[in-house]
Amino acid sequence: MTGRGGERGDGARCGAPGIVATDVCKSFGSHLVLDKVDLTADKGTILALLGPNGAGKTTMIRILSTLISADSGVMHVGGHDVVADPDGVRAVIGVTGQFSAVDNLLTGAENLRLMADLRHLGRQAAKRRVDELLEQFNLADAADKVLSLYSGGMRRRLDLAMTLVGQPRVVFLDEPTTGLDPRSRLTMWEIVRQLASTGVTILLTTQYLDEADELADRISVLDQGRVVAEGTPAELKSRVPGGHVRLHFAGPEPLRSAATLLPRSAADQERLVLQVPTDDTVDSLRALLDELHEASIAVERLSIQTPNLDDVFLAVTGSHLDRLPDDESAPKAGAQR
Amino acid sequence: MTTLAHTLSDSRVMLRRNLKHQVRYPSLTLMLVGLPIVLLLLFVYVFGGQLGAGLGAHQGRHAYLDYVVPGLLLITIASAVQGTSIMVAMDMTGGIIDRFRTMAIARASVLTGHVLGSLLQTLAAGAILVGVAFGLGFHSGAGPLEWLGAVGILTLFAFALIWLAVALGLAAKSVETASNTPMILIMLVFLGSGFVSTATMPTGLRQFAEYQPFTPVADTVRGLLTHAGAGDHAVAAVAWSAAIAVVAYLWAVRLYNRRRAAEPK
Repeated sequence: MTGRGGERGDGARCGAPGIVATDVCKSFGSHLVLDKVDLTADKGTILALLGPNGAGKTTMIRILSTLISADSGVMHVGGHDVVADPDGVRAVIGVTGQFSAVDNLLTGAENLRLMADLRHLGRQAAKRRVDELLEQFNLADAADKVLSLYSGGMRRRLDLAMTLVGQPRVVFLDEPTTGLDPRSRLTMWEIVRQLASTGVTILLTTQYLDEADELADRISVLDQGRVVAEGTPAELKSRVPGGHVRLHFAGPEPLRSAATLLPRSAADQERLVLQVPTDDTVDSLRALLDELHEASIAVERLSIQTPNLDDVFLAVTGSHLDRLPDDESAPKAGAQR
Repeated sequence: MTTLAHTLSDSRVMLRRNLKHQVRYPSLTLMLVGLPIVLLLLFVYVFGGQLGAGLGAHQGRHAYLDYVVPGLLLITIASAVQGTSIMVAMDMTGGIIDRFRTMAIARASVLTGHVLGSLLQTLAAGAILVGVAFGLGFHSGAGPLEWLGAVGILTLFAFALIWLAVALGLAAKSVETASNTPMILIMLVFLGSGFVSTATMPTGLRQFAEYQPFTPVADTVRGLLTHAGAGDHAVAAVAWSAAIAVVAYLWAVRLYNRRRAAEPK
């Protein structure tokens, strides 16, 4: 549904979608990072950019948020041309990168006030907006604490709050929950959902299918700089045959027999585990167990796994996820200090 | 608001941020302000007796104090700009710079905030140093106009070195590098007329000392503060300051803009 051709030129005006990007290419030296990427996020929707490390997710966000320029491509964000009118784009976007973009020597309230002043909100409005965000992000108690006393989750919340000070119409979130504990992750999901419900367009990147599934209206799967799949979460998942059952064995002998019996399975000799694809129904599970029982193969225990990013990948690219050595994570590591 | 009003407003916000940093990072601020005072005490009380005797017959520690204050004012500047480099490098290696770049703010304001903040810090540190020097018995025959001239020359020179420090901070790959490179500026004060007359140096060194920028600045300030007149060093001092300021400014802006086209860090 990449609406190529027809939408290309006038997409930014007609129906005013939040983000339209067509044919975006970018290479660093001889390494092609983005290869004719198309993305569309309608106003007020959440688009998830799903892919492994090095797929080009961060590069795409950095280009759309005017931090770096693309080699080619047509991009509109919030109705502004990214190449011709970067300041127009900057006025309507908010960006929360992967690494915290907060001022460590200031307090939480001062950080927010800094953003408000740079957005030229005016004294009264700035104060109101800061208090509002401190309240909304549950940071009111820590407002006057210097950031060195903040926890990881608090910093991430403040980071996002700073992004929202100017009430941006388009928000970019680069891996917003990576490194967060499960509870902070749920809080972050709630905040993102609330934001979208107020009409803000959101582009977020993630490595986790469940996160994309929870939040996104549409998902674009990015692999080695190319969009390899695109659709609603339901559409994408329908392309994945299902999850799989992991059968754990006591020794290599039963593992081998079971692998012969179940040709679609994948054996892990070291861990003595056989991975068998299923369609997540009770019937298929029962059939599998019956089959093993009839062949008198003893299974020590089993676990059931719902489809994950690797399954989506396997389904759309025919290959498993692997971490390329020459991926983005190498240069990015420098920014972590 | 107009573009100019935005630029002024953004620069003021960045200046306030910079001043807050100085307060919140007191160990750095104290070190930068403290170093010249420690050197002042060292040079007056440890070396001053003997160095003063070298100034002429019947001279001593007291005369050396009068002689060395301009040198220590230059140390104050060289020491303060080290902080500028560190602060700029901290900004550039942290995540916040990317946030600023994705906002519609006056591009230059990030740098002007650092420059103005450092300039205020340098002037304050210089005032403290002069205060301490008076406390030790510093005697200046200078009138108000001469003081004004000395402050003007020092401010101009500080402004130039601060831009240089901004460029060095931008060029540094790490905060450590940014903190080390400006040390060479402190050395230059010693390799000039800051602490002793260049006439006492061996030929090669003397030629270097006479033609490097710190010497005309030190000589001009010394001339003004001792009521001996600015002399023709003043022209060289102003020319050096202007040249360093222009080159360093252009270098800094180029480094700052180039980072935009760079790969993801």
